[in-house]
Amino acid sequence: MNVSALSPSELKFRLRKTGIFLQTGSFITHLKTSISSVAEGLGLLYADYLLVEQQDGFADFHISLVHPRNLRRWFKPQVLFLFDGNPTFKPLPLDQAFPMLEWGLNWCISNHVNHCLIIHAAVVEKGGYAAILPAPPGSGKSTLCAALVNRGWRLLSDELALVRVSDGKLIPLPRPVSLKNESIEIIRSYEPNAIFSRKVADTIKGTVAHMKAPADSIARATEAVEVAWVIFPKYQAGAMACLESLPQSRAFMRVADNSFNYSLLGLNGFKTMTRLIDASLCYDFEYSKLDDAIEIFGSLKPQVPRR
Amino acid sequence: MRWWCTIYHIIFAEILNVIPNYLILQALREPETLTFLSLPDWDLLIRQARRANLLARICILLDERGLLEQVPSKPREHLEWSRVISEKHTQAVHWEITLIRKALAKAGVPVILLKGAAYVMAKFPPAKGRLFSDIDIIVPKGNLNAVEAALMLHGWAATHHDAYDQRYYRTWMHELPPMQHIKRMTVIDVHHAILPETAALHPDSAKLMAAAQLLDGYDDLKVFAPADMVLHSAVHLFHNEQLDQGLRDLVDIDGLLRHFSELPSFWHNLAVRAQELNLGRPLFYALRYAVRLLNTPIPSGMMEAAKSGRPNPLTLIFTDQLFERALMPTHNSCSDWLTGTARRILYVRATWLRMPPLLLARHLFHKAFISPKPV
Repeated sequence: MNVSALSPSELKFRLRKTGIFLQTGSFITHLKTSISSVAEGLGLLYADYLLVEQQDGFADFHISLVHPRNLRRWFKPQVLFLFDGNPTFKPLPLDQAFPMLEWGLNWCISNHVNHCLIIHAAVVEKGGYAAILPAPPGSGKSTLCAALVNRGWRLLSDELALVRVSDGKLIPLPRPVSLKNESIEIIRSYEPNAIFSRKVADTIKGTVAHMKAPADSIARATEAVEVAWVIFPKYQAGAMACLESLPQSRAFMRVADNSFNYSLLGLNGFKTMTRLIDASLCYDFEYSKLDDAIEIFGSLKPQVPRR
Repeated sequence: MRWWCTIYHIIFAEILNVIPNYLILQALREPETLTFLSLPDWDLLIRQARRANLLARICILLDERGLLEQVPSKPREHLEWSRVISEKHTQAVHWEITLIRKALAKAGVPVILLKGAAYVMAKFPPAKGRLFSDIDIIVPKGNLNAVEAALMLHGWAATHHDAYDQRYYRTWMHELPPMQHIKRMTVIDVHHAILPETAALHPDSAKLMAAAQLLDGYDDLKVFAPADMVLHSAVHLFHNEQLDQGLRDLVDIDGLLRHFSELPSFWHNLAVRAQELNLGRPLFYALRYAVRLLNTPIPSGMMEAAKSGRPNPLTLIFTDQLFERALMPTHNSCSDWLTGTARRILYVRATWLRMPPLLLARHLFHKAFISPKPV
């Protein structure tokens, strides 16, 4: 059963009473909350995700979003993210409850999952080949990712590239794409049919909104893929779209810098990273117009396998 | 169940002092029974174990028995994720100790490793699947300044810059303010005793250090002798204000006792040493709760000998109620309506054991009204 099978009031009721067991990628999250903006956000952006039956009884993460019991709730209400009953972050203004859920879900994965090398990067796929787009915040990674997945690329993840240690394949984790500030309007006009959550202003990242992942990407969330390209995007106003080859050694260090658990995985981290870089063509990519970027991505060719 | 039946059970559980059969205790006592768990049980066990920092430990217990493959794939993933973390911690401890040795080489001070660092370097069983937050060492009090200076030269910087905190540690405590490495952010606690100077109990540090044993393959690293190691572990746990890692510490004690019980005359030495160092009470508690919570096998003669450290029967009923609650993981499923109170009472007890009443009052006053508040 998908989330969309529940009416908005049923969803709200379940979230408040027993919580829901939500499948995102290969993870199951037990989520409980009585905050209505979270229920609305879920109903809108998670309609196509699977609800796991509760009697199956196992969730990877148990989380809830609650109102902290302090005096502020009377004049400046807040929201608190609880991981299995424990507060993990400082509370945020109540208005930010849905973005906090998204950040919290990312935290759950980047802090616990260790059978994958986890890279702070967007991942998209076409024709069986995946491109990893690692980049620090502000480089236009999510904007580019949102544009690509609206033009025929499959979304594997907007935030977390999961590289399986055992075989080096990328595991999908299709979740809403997080957009900030001007990017929200850019993508809205780029793809008028895209579904967005309500804009939330004044977060630590500025104004944020989340774009629903394409239904096809969600449906294919169990299909792992081979990596073909590692591309460091950089938005530069007025720049001509330009793909520049990057030495593997530099790419290696830069991906490691963007990894959550490279050092934690020790030797396996090194092996997985080596395999990833060996299998990839690595580029720096500067762009200002999304259409140009789409065209260049469309002409990418995977590496000819070495003998 | 009828209502009177429920009440009957509640009353008798209290009176007979039956320890609730929490999954985490079952996992530690009888790992082989875990293969029968249902998925919802695994879900709960993983949560309890993660909160107690014992997830990797349970992974090791199952793996040692060749049972890991029989665990359903979802919970097995969680166990293996945590094992990755504990392996990294062990590796980091080795590396950190290499750097500490280098830093202290010129100071010419024999370094004695305490707790987790000692278990890792001596390859004792509790090291397997353990997580670490810092490294503890003990050095003679007369060498404190030299050790501190050497560590500072090699990048460890003092934390707690407040003048009062500095005095608190340096005048009254058994350790320097924790030192943190400016690049690696790792923390070292340099002790000169195992209990604060102001505590009522005063185990003689010189005796402990004199009996310390060189680690195989090293001429500059020592660990406490087996009996002393157990006693220190017991003191650490039963004089600690924060018991949120309590079960992990008890698992350490259980692991040490099972390991050392193979040494001839270990139990005899333990009893004698506890008398000599005046640590009968913490040893009694350690053995009592290791048996009650983890079924640690302890010879009856040892239990008899440990009775000299036993509090009076009324106090014991009370402390059982407190410790058997506070030693559980700080998870909802391992708490009842008295757990919070038990933790608070034990916090006060531990602080009480640390300092005489007047000093304690002064300390709390300073902390409450004068010390700058953390932002």
